[in-house]
Amino acid sequence: MTIAFYTLAAFILALGVLVVSTKNTVHAVLFLVANFLCVAMLYVLLQAEFLAVIQVLVYAGGIVVLYLFVVMLVNLKRGPETHVDPRRRDRMGLLIGGAVLAEFVAILLYGFAPRATGAAPAAAAPGVGNVEQVGWSLYVDYLVPFEVASILLLVAMIGAIVLAKKEP
Amino acid sequence: MDLVYIAHIGVILFTFFMLLNSAAVLVLMERKVAAFLQQRLGPNRTGPWGTLQPVADILKLLFKEELRPLAADRWLFALAPILSVTAAFSAFAVVPWGGTTTLFGLLPEPVPLRVADVNVGILVLFAITSMGIYGIVLAGWSSNSKYSLLGGLRSSAQMISYELSYGLALGAVLLLGNSLSLTDIVNQQSGYWFGVIPRWFIFIQPLGFVIYMIAGIAETNRAPFDFPEAEQELVAGYHTEYSSFRFALFFLAEYVNMVTVSAVATTLFLGGWHGPFLPEWLGWLWWLAKLFALLFFYIWMRWTLPRYRYDQLMHFGWKVLLPVAVINLLLTAAAVLYWG
Repeated sequence: MTIAFYTLAAFILALGVLVVSTKNTVHAVLFLVANFLCVAMLYVLLQAEFLAVIQVLVYAGGIVVLYLFVVMLVNLKRGPETHVDPRRRDRMGLLIGGAVLAEFVAILLYGFAPRATGAAPAAAAPGVGNVEQVGWSLYVDYLVPFEVASILLLVAMIGAIVLAKKEP
Repeated sequence: MDLVYIAHIGVILFTFFMLLNSAAVLVLMERKVAAFLQQRLGPNRTGPWGTLQPVADILKLLFKEELRPLAADRWLFALAPILSVTAAFSAFAVVPWGGTTTLFGLLPEPVPLRVADVNVGILVLFAITSMGIYGIVLAGWSSNSKYSLLGGLRSSAQMISYELSYGLALGAVLLLGNSLSLTDIVNQQSGYWFGVIPRWFIFIQPLGFVIYMIAGIAETNRAPFDFPEAEQELVAGYHTEYSSFRFALFFLAEYVNMVTVSAVATTLFLGGWHGPFLPEWLGWLWWLAKLFALLFFYIWMRWTLPRYRYDQLMHFGWKVLLPVAVINLLLTAAAVLYWG
């Protein structure tokens, strides 16, 4: 189990690095697909089969196909150079890098902090599968946030259509 | 290594082998049916009744020269057909093709006739099918040829469009079956209504079945939806630049995908291996009969209907099929809620 986890984690990290370091954009998108598949395997390892399949279905099979579409259709040659303050990028990078570092440190501190080993995550009632559990938490426990998120997506979609549609 | 374990592996290998074989059988069937529909004889020189024609076809493809355009992306050009075939074969893994068998009492406990019974079976199938797009898109892009690229783009647009209706048609069956496992769903279709009509879901979901078959034909890029390889405009679409065995792999993937779509339709709508007159242990004969009836339908469509226009395809997919599928799903959900 542990070996499988660390192997997968290593693959995920390596693929993530490849995504950002590959020159060819189409190759980068493919590494991203492989990355998502490895994450799905991680979910299987955690016995969250439903989440794993949804990960493959939605991300690897749906969203990234659209990425690929865009990458293949859009001409990716570098545009004409515009003058940007070269130090601006450095400052932004420093800011974002610092924020991510702080987050990591916080997670590490939280993870190593001594904790009373309280109630283990509620064990699944026998005969209740993954799908039922996800269904209960999405449509009963967290119904309002779920619906709000879906409305947000709908608004974004309508906004994109309005922006893309030219006046006749 | 006990016997049951070996039997499981045996079933897996057998399924794989039969899938490979089914492509060969389908090639012959396609040629023969096409010939009869066009009042020809079809292949009749290689072997009795042309039965060795697929073997000849495969050997011809194997011994052809392998060509690769100079400007092609080397790795992706090689990867694309492999992806196509892998997706096609692995999708079949969750489809059960028979009940259980003890091989006439040879095995200590019954072994189910399927590769894997995943409790989220349908979603697995759907996920793997959606990965199949990559093979075609990458083939189109990596060939670095305009025809291939256009073919690949068309195909991905088509598959994305029809995947929605395909999924919604499956969703209606899930509501009826109240399970995501294909084996469970088949078992719920055993028995009869009023002692005569088999309890197949096609009788409660006729609309769902029609939507599923239309979307399935579009998903597998077969006529009348075979735009990705529309010969008159795109030479051969995404596999224009492919030759020899790599072309054969695309060919294989197409036929295996047809088998999978038909097998899933058999499982979800036509009661799988359940049927009248035959004893339980011969259920797989029913399964085969239903499968080949659907495959015949596939071939029949191809040689009967002309190809649509591309805008008609998109219009039909988004403005007709998808709304109908949504309404079908909502009605089914309401009915299940009311009577279930």
